[in-house]
Amino acid sequence: MKIIVAIKQVPERNAQIVVANDGKGIDERDLAYGMNEPDAYALEEALQLKEKHGGEVIALSAGPERVAATLREALAKGADRAIHIQTDSGTLGSRDTLSLARLLADAIRPESPDLVLTGLQSDDLGLGQTGVVLAELLGIPHSTLILHVEKTDTGLRVKRELEDGWFQQVEMPLPALLTIQSGGNKLRYATLMGIKKARTKETRTVEAAAPTAAPDLSLTRVYLPEKQKRTQMLKGTPAEIAAQLVEKLRSEVRVL
Amino acid sequence: MSDTYDPGNDLLPEDITSPDELENLMTTINTVYIDKLNKSVLVVAEQRQGRISSQSLEAIAAGQKLATSLGDECSVAILGAQGGNPAGELTRYKLNFVFAIQHGLLEHYTADAYIAALQQLIRKRVFAYVIFPHTYQVRDFAPALATRFGQVLISDVIAIHAGSDGAPTFVRQLFQGKLNADYRLTPQPASAPCFVSIQAGAFRASDLVEGKASFDTFVPALAADQIRTIPGDPFRESAHTVDLSSAAVIVSVGRGIRERENIPLVQALADALGAELAASRPICDAGWVPIERQVGSSGQTVSPKLYLAVGISGAIQHLVGMKGAKTVIAINKDENAPIFEVADYGVAGDLFEIVPALTKAIQAAKT
Repeated sequence: MKIIVAIKQVPERNAQIVVANDGKGIDERDLAYGMNEPDAYALEEALQLKEKHGGEVIALSAGPERVAATLREALAKGADRAIHIQTDSGTLGSRDTLSLARLLADAIRPESPDLVLTGLQSDDLGLGQTGVVLAELLGIPHSTLILHVEKTDTGLRVKRELEDGWFQQVEMPLPALLTIQSGGNKLRYATLMGIKKARTKETRTVEAAAPTAAPDLSLTRVYLPEKQKRTQMLKGTPAEIAAQLVEKLRSEVRVL
Repeated sequence: MSDTYDPGNDLLPEDITSPDELENLMTTINTVYIDKLNKSVLVVAEQRQGRISSQSLEAIAAGQKLATSLGDECSVAILGAQGGNPAGELTRYKLNFVFAIQHGLLEHYTADAYIAALQQLIRKRVFAYVIFPHTYQVRDFAPALATRFGQVLISDVIAIHAGSDGAPTFVRQLFQGKLNADYRLTPQPASAPCFVSIQAGAFRASDLVEGKASFDTFVPALAADQIRTIPGDPFRESAHTVDLSSAAVIVSVGRGIRERENIPLVQALADALGAELAASRPICDAGWVPIERQVGSSGQTVSPKLYLAVGISGAIQHLVGMKGAKTVIAINKDENAPIFEVADYGVAGDLFEIVPALTKAIQAAKT
């Protein structure tokens, strides 16, 4: 099976996100980046499918130069080669989901993969759409929030997560696109050998054409959320805080 | 404007010969005039076992509000097989139309059939805004539907503000709820509708305005060979042995606990309080707490008297599962964690110091 995994590089989960001075983006100067976690699960699924059925795993990512580090990580974990669509846009980019998906689709088409995988959403923008839009652009069937993938004689049988603890099986022909839910597999770490081997693997860099028009949807303001409740922050030593909490639990919450 | 623009016969070119050509022309005319005349809203509601889902009612409330602010009307569509479509339930609300989109191929959800059916209704009736509840099902098809119209879905919206120039601002969260962002759609001369999905709990079903609505059925043209996926029946993995929804006190643990070996620390706190132990998704994914104790959009929705969140940052997916708690206490090392936005009492500090101290203090208070 030839599998392409679309991977996004995002600010690290614990990064302190600071609104930029113009109030329209974030300050990216001191940010550390890593692989979007749901995409790491998509990569893991791809690597396991390759181990079972043979084939090739190609890591694909769009973004500025820093994205190369995340592609190297994918190669170190076992991807065979990588494609980097180089754009000049930052995290909140000048491209909307549709124009970014078009870039990815243009890179995917000449490869004619059997399967395209990506995470169900990104940890930064959280739009949760790139995979589904990509399937539509490629004209292939898709399914989302997938926890398990099984190859059948006619295509795939996948386990899809529904809400409230429900699941369903979905069958579909290949080629297809799946968005992978976290938790279906255990993520692997890159081995020293893998990191060494990654240096010899190919990363093809393609220059993205500049966006032809400003996106219809524009981000006009980024700001800290207003609190939905008035949070009373408790301060002191751990023992003092514990005493305050016990008092609240007794007199106000009334659970003691 | 309640209905589509009617240009009158004088606009029709003489070479229109078939109903199809006429319909195509009508669509073009409607599309050209949409920004001037039509500001109507369509809400696509979802049914669960023959009932309108509560999250759909919230989306309809959002649609009514948006339509009112635009000076236009809101309609609702529900997809399903013939019979068993609960669209009729909605005619008691103040709506323009309630459309039952009916076809045998819509009995079980598939993205292909839903997209094709909605595309046909939206092309025929023309709406300026199409609104969805942000559910797993909507996430599966709405982005592709928007793509068919050359648009991008504005997903997981938490608020809509009416703009002075008639263009509303949509608010959504970034970075797992650490920041909010305002989005505006640049007005286009001949634009397709704007597609929006609404986060659970962002609007209230109790705000729905009662009134009257016209009922209409819409039968889309669908063929079995258009549908590329075969959906199986929904199933549950483990018998739901733990029902957190009725728990009065819940102590819930998140990534901040760092290692499986540290879970007993939180379990001891839960035991001292006589509480049920719950967890956020990553903890259940890792197998540190059983999956049936997961709270959030993919787990259980809870509304206890007290929800004590330990080391939980408060990603959107978790918050939708516990927003109904009467009192929320949060302990987290990051003072900017989104969990503090919904907490009544917050402790920005090291859970490994505070949790044992709290357990001890509670045990002492009980004796």
